[in-house]
Amino acid sequence: MIRFWPILALVACAILPWTPGLPSFWVSLLNYIGISSILVVGLVVLTGIGGMTSFAQASFMGFGAYASAILSTRYGVSPWLGLPAAIVVAAVGAATIGAVTLRLRGYYLALGTMAVSVSLYFLVANLDFFGRNDGLSSIPPLMLGDYRLTDGRVYLTLVWAMLVAVVVATNNLLDSRLGRAIRALRGGALAAASFGVNTTRTRMLAFVYAAVLAAIAGWLYAHLQRSVNPTPFGLNASIEYLLMAVLGGAGHVGGAVLGALLVTVINDLLQDFLPKLLGQRGNYETIVFGMILLGVLQFAREGLWPHVFRGRVQRREIASAPPLNRRARPVGGSAILAVDHLEKRFGGLVAVNDLSFAVGVGEIVGLIGPNGAGKSTSFNLITGVASPSAGTVALFGQPITGLPPPAIARHGVARSFQHVKLVPGMSVIENVAIGAHLRGQAGALAAICRRDRAEEAQIFAEAARQLDRVGLGQLADRPADSLALGQQRVVEIARAMCLDPVLLLLDEPAAGLRHAEKAELAALLRRLRDEGMSILLVEHDMEFVMGLVDRLVVMDFGIKLAEGPAEQIRRDPAVIEAYLGIA
Amino acid sequence: MDSTIAAILVQDGIVNGAIYALLALSLVLVFAVTRVVFVPQGEFVAYGALTYAALDTGTLPGSLWLLAGLGAAAFLAGLAQRRPIFGLALSSLVLPAAIIATSWLLVPSKPGILANALLSLAIVTPIAPYIYRIGFQPLAEASVLVLLIAAVAVHLALMGLGLVFFGPEGSRASAFSAASVSVGDFSLSGQALWILGLTGALMIGLYGFFGFTLLGRALRATAVNRLGARLVGIGTAQSGSIAFTLAGAIGALSGILVVPLTTVYYDSGFVIGLKGFTAAIIAGMASYPGAVLAAVLVGVLESFSSFWASAFKEVIVFTAIIPVLLWRSLRHAAIEDDDE
Repeated sequence: MIRFWPILALVACAILPWTPGLPSFWVSLLNYIGISSILVVGLVVLTGIGGMTSFAQASFMGFGAYASAILSTRYGVSPWLGLPAAIVVAAVGAATIGAVTLRLRGYYLALGTMAVSVSLYFLVANLDFFGRNDGLSSIPPLMLGDYRLTDGRVYLTLVWAMLVAVVVATNNLLDSRLGRAIRALRGGALAAASFGVNTTRTRMLAFVYAAVLAAIAGWLYAHLQRSVNPTPFGLNASIEYLLMAVLGGAGHVGGAVLGALLVTVINDLLQDFLPKLLGQRGNYETIVFGMILLGVLQFAREGLWPHVFRGRVQRREIASAPPLNRRARPVGGSAILAVDHLEKRFGGLVAVNDLSFAVGVGEIVGLIGPNGAGKSTSFNLITGVASPSAGTVALFGQPITGLPPPAIARHGVARSFQHVKLVPGMSVIENVAIGAHLRGQAGALAAICRRDRAEEAQIFAEAARQLDRVGLGQLADRPADSLALGQQRVVEIARAMCLDPVLLLLDEPAAGLRHAEKAELAALLRRLRDEGMSILLVEHDMEFVMGLVDRLVVMDFGIKLAEGPAEQIRRDPAVIEAYLGIA
Repeated sequence: MDSTIAAILVQDGIVNGAIYALLALSLVLVFAVTRVVFVPQGEFVAYGALTYAALDTGTLPGSLWLLAGLGAAAFLAGLAQRRPIFGLALSSLVLPAAIIATSWLLVPSKPGILANALLSLAIVTPIAPYIYRIGFQPLAEASVLVLLIAAVAVHLALMGLGLVFFGPEGSRASAFSAASVSVGDFSLSGQALWILGLTGALMIGLYGFFGFTLLGRALRATAVNRLGARLVGIGTAQSGSIAFTLAGAIGALSGILVVPLTTVYYDSGFVIGLKGFTAAIIAGMASYPGAVLAAVLVGVLESFSSFWASAFKEVIVFTAIIPVLLWRSLRHAAIEDDDE
């Protein structure tokens, strides 16, 4: 039943407009609700899921509307061809704005689009090409053969069928390799980057996708209204769409439709009621909308959707699939990671000073030291989070110094985080699947058309295998944030294993674990080593480290204090002094 | 274009730029202390301008009732946040009442420019901390994105309220002084001198406040490290409230300075505020001297583009942001993590 909802919805789109007694006023309102919903679905992907916001969505709608209007009115192009034109124009516009803002912090996109939106409004309102403030009229209607789509009821079918298609496409996109990357942007951008996700490109994908949906909405609007002018594409309209997304539930595709419905209806009621109350005409509804928006942010930040429709935990079926390609395994005996004279200065402070050590294939090396010894900084230098002031890091003799995290992931280095970084809204197995990001190729279009299913099955089979391997297979469908901290740390290891790494870097994996959990973790790491994995771990917990590692590197005040087997380190006078002070 | 026109344009640009500089300063200040992108800054400009214009004609401004209403709302919000009732009543009920009473007594006698300006500041400024208490304090721990959307919500509500309390007609006030100073070929109007003088004085005042007073240093501490500031006893809510009060006062003052130059409508503030933002963005939302310099550039760019292509002046000013963002993009590495 749930699987076939799009077909049922399409049938409803065709029949319901012909309900006897449906007032034409409602037909027109429902047309606008459908058009707004299409735009707001894009905003949900961008803002609620991707964690960015744009105040140019109405402008992108205008791109679509004006592109099709100009082509069909002035050049006699078929209005149907206006749709691809609308999409291309909006996508190019979004890509341009995105290129200059998406590498910067989040509020630059918001403020940049705000300025662009005002700028475009005045541009269109002052150029003859766009018909200035009056806009363009007598736009030809859409045609089916010789039939003109001018009846609001017929148009209603078109609008809502498009909305169904957009919702299906969006759900498909979100449930894909790139979709998981978009969902990881909010709260887990660094983690995603550490598994090879190009976060700037992922942000761009979400932004362009949202703009394309806005353009589709604009195209529908132009040929429904049959005239366009700058006002409905201004900044205030963009703000109203944002209100729809936030009120309905910015994290849910369904929230877009709910929000568009509520805001459109409330807007209509207020525009009737408020001028009567206040005795003059004006945009008084903005007061109420401002207050609603503020109230939602304070009391129901997730919007209304989660309160109306409680999501159920969905079980993901894991089909058996051929295994993903694996990278060549290193042969034993050689050094896999070589850190050579590494140095990091913060102003006058030398956090890491002349650090050199190596990790051999199939070896567990522990990096230990008192607080402030420079362990975490060294870890950040190796994983590409920070770049060293001097020295080199090499993998199989190949330098990887200063490479960004995605590039380091591509070399087969996987990591975990001291402060667990799982995407809260996603299930455990989806989080683990992010680890396999680099082992798939499917792009956005393939995802939207569901041409990525074979690859997805492989990715999830691998994720399930790694979850079973760490002993958390039964928790696969639980939301990641519902797990205990210790379990979340283990999920991070499963995610790291999904990269098919040659080297595993673990940042304090035993922190916050109970005694029995530590023993299990140690057993797991030994098992991985015996299968040929090389592991470097930064750790505080001496008891955990002593029984596990092959070799220890001890740091204090940024320099290497000692290196050797655990037993030897335990007796080293310099190490004892650093940890216990001089007796 | 000859040098006289150019000189006039530069002068115009610097005068407007001074206003944008004030706004940019307060935007940077509010963002640093509270992480709020203060979109409603422009509404304070409009409120200040329209309040002053009403006082200038000897009528009671509508913002008085807005002040009383928002004060009452802030009182209720404060009760919900369990603040001590005495101080709360004093700041959000007694203060507006006192301001209304003073205005009622003073205004009919047209007390003069200075009294009108001070009264306008007194009426408009408290609205900002009320807004902070109602809208932003409950969200203090939210992400920058949520705070930004809240700021847009407040902008929307305040703009609508501006329409209710000031009406759709624009207003203009008489200049502070009719005098003008001639230097060689061109003359400087009295209003321009007032704007430049007051802006300069205010900047020096702010510099002293942040550099040498305990309160100013507390605000800077909050801006650098919120948690650390709280641990040493600087209240986040208090800092936020002070930052908003300063921003409200700066906004209102900008409005008072601008309304003798141009007709201001209830919704004019937003575009003026957005030019302050343009300057603040050019300065990276962080540097105070950078923001002032950028604001003057924005003002000069605006005055030259209104001479050459007046219909496209806003287009040119707001598009100028794109190359700046591009330059920043190319200079900075991609941000991998979230902004908090």
